[in-house]
Amino acid sequence: MNSPLVRVENLQVMFAMRGGLVLPGKAPKMIHALDGISFDIQRGEILAMVGESGCGKTTLARAILRLITPSAGKIFFNQRDITLLKGTSLRNLRRHMQMIFQDPYESLDPRQSIYELLEEPLLIHYPDITQNDREVQVFKALEASGLHPAREISARYPHHLSGGQRQRVAIAAAMILEPEFVVTDEPVSMLDVSIRAEILKLMLDLRDLKNLTYLFITHDLSLAWMISDRIIVLYLGKIVEIGSTQDVIHHALHPYTRALVSVIPLPQPGIQKQQIILEGDTPSPLDIPAGCRFLLRCWKWRQLNCPAVCKEKEPILQAYGCESHKVACHFAEGA
Amino acid sequence: MALLEIIDLAVEFKSRAGTVHAVDGVNLYLEAGKVLGIAGESGCGKTTTMLSIPRLLPRNADIIGGKILFNTENLLLKSEEDMEKIRWRQISVIFQGAMNALNPVKTIGSQIGEAIFHHEPRVSRADVSRRTSELLDMVGIASARSSSYPHEFSGGMRQRVMIAMALACHPQLVIADEPVTALDVMVQAQILNLLKSLCAQLGLSMILISHDLSVIAETCQRAAIMYAGKLVEQGRVEQLFNQPAHPYTQRLLRAFPNIYAAKKFLVGIPGYPPNLVNPPLGCRFFERCHVRLEQCKTSEPQTITVEPDHLAACHLLRETKQ
Ligand SMILES: Nc1ncnc2c1ncn2[C@@H]1O[C@H](COP(=O)(O)OP(=O)(O)OP(=O)(O)O)[C@@H](O)[C@H]1O
Ligand SMILES: Nc1ncnc2c1ncn2[C@@H]1O[C@H](COP(=O)(O)OP(=O)(O)OP(=O)(O)O)[C@@H](O)[C@H]1O
Ligand SMILES: [Mg+2]
Ligand SMILES: [Mg+2]
Repeated sequence: MNSPLVRVENLQVMFAMRGGLVLPGKAPKMIHALDGISFDIQRGEILAMVGESGCGKTTLARAILRLITPSAGKIFFNQRDITLLKGTSLRNLRRHMQMIFQDPYESLDPRQSIYELLEEPLLIHYPDITQNDREVQVFKALEASGLHPAREISARYPHHLSGGQRQRVAIAAAMILEPEFVVTDEPVSMLDVSIRAEILKLMLDLRDLKNLTYLFITHDLSLAWMISDRIIVLYLGKIVEIGSTQDVIHHALHPYTRALVSVIPLPQPGIQKQQIILEGDTPSPLDIPAGCRFLLRCWKWRQLNCPAVCKEKEPILQAYGCESHKVACHFAEGA
Repeated sequence: MALLEIIDLAVEFKSRAGTVHAVDGVNLYLEAGKVLGIAGESGCGKTTTMLSIPRLLPRNADIIGGKILFNTENLLLKSEEDMEKIRWRQISVIFQGAMNALNPVKTIGSQIGEAIFHHEPRVSRADVSRRTSELLDMVGIASARSSSYPHEFSGGMRQRVMIAMALACHPQLVIADEPVTALDVMVQAQILNLLKSLCAQLGLSMILISHDLSVIAETCQRAAIMYAGKLVEQGRVEQLFNQPAHPYTQRLLRAFPNIYAAKKFLVGIPGYPPNLVNPPLGCRFFERCHVRLEQCKTSEPQTITVEPDHLAACHLLRETKQ
């Protein structure tokens, strides 16, 4: 088997809680945003990461791209340990990994013209190329992202573009350095559906053209189903299930995944589906319960008359059925 | 008989760029006890159409034509004073994004109490407090939480508070504008189930505005699709989703993934809706339509009945005699 492009080993990210009262002699309260995450991303694949708000999706992306330094664990890119990279080597790494954010309004500097915005990464990473070559590259990236005519568009500022066009600019900016790996954090959730499909198509075309690898973050499971090869389900900073897209959506093993899948709204009226509604919101990563962290919302646990093991022992992520489908539940079983 | 009937509604905004023809000739009805969905892309006029009903449009808006019959009375002819009596007591609104606009320095309970008191100034303090508890209970929030502040609540709980406020004065009709947009899937399901069960339990009628057709398919009995200020298609959800008549509805549906169908890649709709300051002469979908005819550019399609209770406005369609 080929070596993975990205490998994450036992990754942990903690944040000190802001604003909290810190008593002398007491450590500040820690938020365990990510707690012991391990997985691989194969070259050329689209790996989707799903889970509720606050479960740690963006934090994981930021850690992999080394926008933050993890508290523990290791990250490999192309088999190279990048966990503690700094300075020039970190800057050089950036050329190979890029991020596209949810909100093109926030990620594009409003004072920069589209041209300046796309030129900047070239100036940083390739200070020696001529102005002429830069211009060619900028126009090429805009055209490849479906922004025509490139010359006219490049003279504009972000607020003179529609939401869909802005997201295309963000894609062009991410692609201009020809990265190998792209993380997209809710890239289409701010866009109208009619435009959403176009942007997804663009991302897929670029993958085929350049053999890109994507980590696709979304809270929308039907989108994950549509676009990905594999899916990771995150709950409170831990992977609860990982497997092929088909397995995770249609043969979900974890009670949490099964609930998430059961509430996906369908564009088809009159389908009688058995919804599993979880009560309440995700608990806070400030006080993670002992044992299984999903316990308090787990419908299965109650169905099984509250077995003690779930309270006492944290389930580990293990293969179930086939090697590629893993789940962290003491009572995993398919629907 | 229809609880609400909108006839030929037209609304304009005065803006610096010129007059925006935001809603143009909309016809729509809602039967008592039913849920009607309104969909269409951003800016097509969903909010403007629906806020015309309680006449809560921004100041630069003008309703320039049409009738809005609510319990057979034309709301557009009522005095402002009479409308005040209708708002909240008969027709209430859950505004788009309002859950993020709760007053941060007042408790949840006092904000619900104020809503009751504002519309029924003669109620006693004890009654207000009793009704506040009942309302919180109804939307699934422990009444002990009424002394909490908005920032102590999650998005889903704040949306429940907005629903409680909308129900404070026992309305007949609730207009919910994107009530689950930006909420997590699980919370979205919780809120939609809550709205559905409240409608059934209280005999409410509801208009649900959502850009998400999946949400509409699961929640509504009838639905209407708007495009660039026009209503292009309406009907029972089974008709609309299984036999969409208008090319726009057809394309819109192909932009939604369905995990129980074959994995066909989503198809977008290239292009953008027309500018509503200078709307085009003919069909407003012309520029983006994949099956357009020559005549569509210059002649505006009439709304016709394609089957009983299923209407659409497209030159390709032929009227079926009832
Ligand atoms: N810089 C930070 N300082 C403190 N806490 C943080 C910080 N960044 C994230 N967190 C916390 O870490 C947890 C995970 O946050 P993260 O943004 O990764 O979630 P997410 O899955 O991306 O959520 P969403 O779907 O809302 O974007 C949350 O509890 C969040 O409040
Ligand atoms: N106060 C205003 N002044 C000028 N134009 C306005 C005003 N409010 C809305 N419009 C315009 O009227 C049209 C209809 O807007 P409306 O808010 O009804 O759309 P919508 O379908 O609710 O969109 P969304 O899905 O984004 O909420 C749009 O073209 C919008 O730009
Ligand atoms: Mg995030
Ligand atoms: Mg609106």
